[in-house]
Amino acid sequence: MSGKRHYLEAPPELIARRRRGKVFQGLCLAATLVGVVTLVVLLADILVDGVKWLSPTFFTEFPSRLPARAGIKSALYGTVWLMGLVALISFPLGVAAAVWLEEYARKGWLQTAIQTNIANLAGVPSIVYGILGLAIFVRWMFAITGGRSVISGALTISLLVLPILIIAGQEAIRAVPRSIREASYGLGATKWQTVRHHVLPNAMPGILTGTILALSRAIGETAPLIMIGALTFIAFVPDSPRDQFTVLSIQVYNWASRPQDDFRGLAAAAIIVLLVLLLSMNALAIWLRNRYRKEW
Amino acid sequence: MSEPSLLEVRTRPRLPADARGRGLRGARARTAKETTIGGILFAAGAVSILTTVGIIVVLVWESVAFFQRVSIVEFLTGTTWTPLFVPQHFGVLPLLGGSVLVAVVAALIAIPLGLGSAIYLSEFAPSRLRDWLKPVLEILAGVPSVVYGYFALTFVTPILQVIVPGLDMFNALSAGIVVGIMVLPLIASLSEDAMNAVPSELRDGAYALGSTKFEVATKVVTPAALSGIVASFILAISRAIGETMAVVLAAGMTPNLTLDPRESIQTLTAYIVQVSLGDTPFGSIEYQSIFAVGLLLFTVTLVMNIFGLWFLRRYREEYA
Repeated sequence: MSGKRHYLEAPPELIARRRRGKVFQGLCLAATLVGVVTLVVLLADILVDGVKWLSPTFFTEFPSRLPARAGIKSALYGTVWLMGLVALISFPLGVAAAVWLEEYARKGWLQTAIQTNIANLAGVPSIVYGILGLAIFVRWMFAITGGRSVISGALTISLLVLPILIIAGQEAIRAVPRSIREASYGLGATKWQTVRHHVLPNAMPGILTGTILALSRAIGETAPLIMIGALTFIAFVPDSPRDQFTVLSIQVYNWASRPQDDFRGLAAAAIIVLLVLLLSMNALAIWLRNRYRKEW
Repeated sequence: MSEPSLLEVRTRPRLPADARGRGLRGARARTAKETTIGGILFAAGAVSILTTVGIIVVLVWESVAFFQRVSIVEFLTGTTWTPLFVPQHFGVLPLLGGSVLVAVVAALIAIPLGLGSAIYLSEFAPSRLRDWLKPVLEILAGVPSVVYGYFALTFVTPILQVIVPGLDMFNALSAGIVVGIMVLPLIASLSEDAMNAVPSELRDGAYALGSTKFEVATKVVTPAALSGIVASFILAISRAIGETMAVVLAAGMTPNLTLDPRESIQTLTAYIVQVSLGDTPFGSIEYQSIFAVGLLLFTVTLVMNIFGLWFLRRYREEYA
């Protein structure tokens, strides 16, 4: 009887190994939770610092030397202008490039070169895009862009998010099954008709999700815009793409870099606005992805 | 009814002249349209090549002008960086050292935490918890860098000042910690992808030989996914070196060749921001210096990214 029980029991060595496993699993869980806890602490810290500065006038006033009268009107307008232009520029370019890579390009050195190049561009630090924008869009194309203008910023940020958009677009296009294309060709459609009427409509939810995620990256970009000279103190809203501008993230930087507590509070309030915009875009992207998810 | 002659049978029936013309013209127009569209799509793809070419040309062009005024040897080996006051010195090592110091602190935070998260998500987490943790990590990765800078400056630094004696208001430690948190999700998600790509036969084989879950995770899955994991480390460190706003806000603007993370330093990226915040005239040596620093930054990150992507491709080929 006791002999049988002994037989069923795990040897002590195995128990020790299992215990080591449990400890390790606990450590891994703890590592994962560090990220989660940090996010919670970060959000709580910003809410605590900033929420009392969120008044209606905060949205309708221009920046000011007096914290009590300072607002984000110019930054908000600038952000909307910039995002609109970035979407207009990067979306068609990104989709076209993705279509070319997936549907038109022949396997060969050219396609490989462009694909590798896009992967590498995605890893170039954002400030390097700022240097590019400064030299090309602000200085070289001064006559067209008007120098340190919304359009210069939008072109710079568009180049920055293009790799993200292209890669997302390619994945969406690749997910459209071959049979759809073959059915279209079988009915005599040309390549472009197939792409235009069958591939793109089916890939569109995926492409839109990728675009929104790319734009949510763009909305927080700061360094390249400082490079091209988006100003920190602007008491007007842009009327045309050639006007000077500022954006939320730059306003955050400007306020955060001042030593006074009041300005730090304003920075936190601007961060709340920025994060609300950013998280709504992410939520929209996730909703789109789930709403239009297709099982082929 | 007369038999059709051989000649008539061989000849295709003639269409009315206008229909034939339209048909041909339609086909030709369609071909022309298809070719044009192909060309336009290719042009969009070529924008990415132009971007790379643009970056390289711009950086090299202005750097050449800079290196006509400052010797390349002084730039790469000098230990004093004082471009904004007299006497000007352009030794880039303090800036490079600042970037490396921040990246080392970030790596010490992000590598253990990121790898731990990846192992947990891939090997241990119940799927419902996993579905909930992954979006949280995605949000963590999506928080803008300037927000991390604010967090470092107003939350992390004050806490560290209580714990670490002699900590400056601006310091590499606080900046490195938040940069580490920023790149943690990158390591976690790339490493997890690599671990998921390890064929389940390998796990099953190890279980059949009597391994525990812990032993499978550490002795089978992690080594098998190693090239992907190494790739994630390299790409994360490259990202940390290129990180800008968090270090601008938290690490300071003091070029300082030091190994002590408690001190205020300046990174390559922070210098570029500092110059562009000021009123530096185009063509001045300060203006040109940001291109030389940018070229160095671009080269360092590009080399790391190429290595990282090469490692990634390796594991993808292995388990494709």
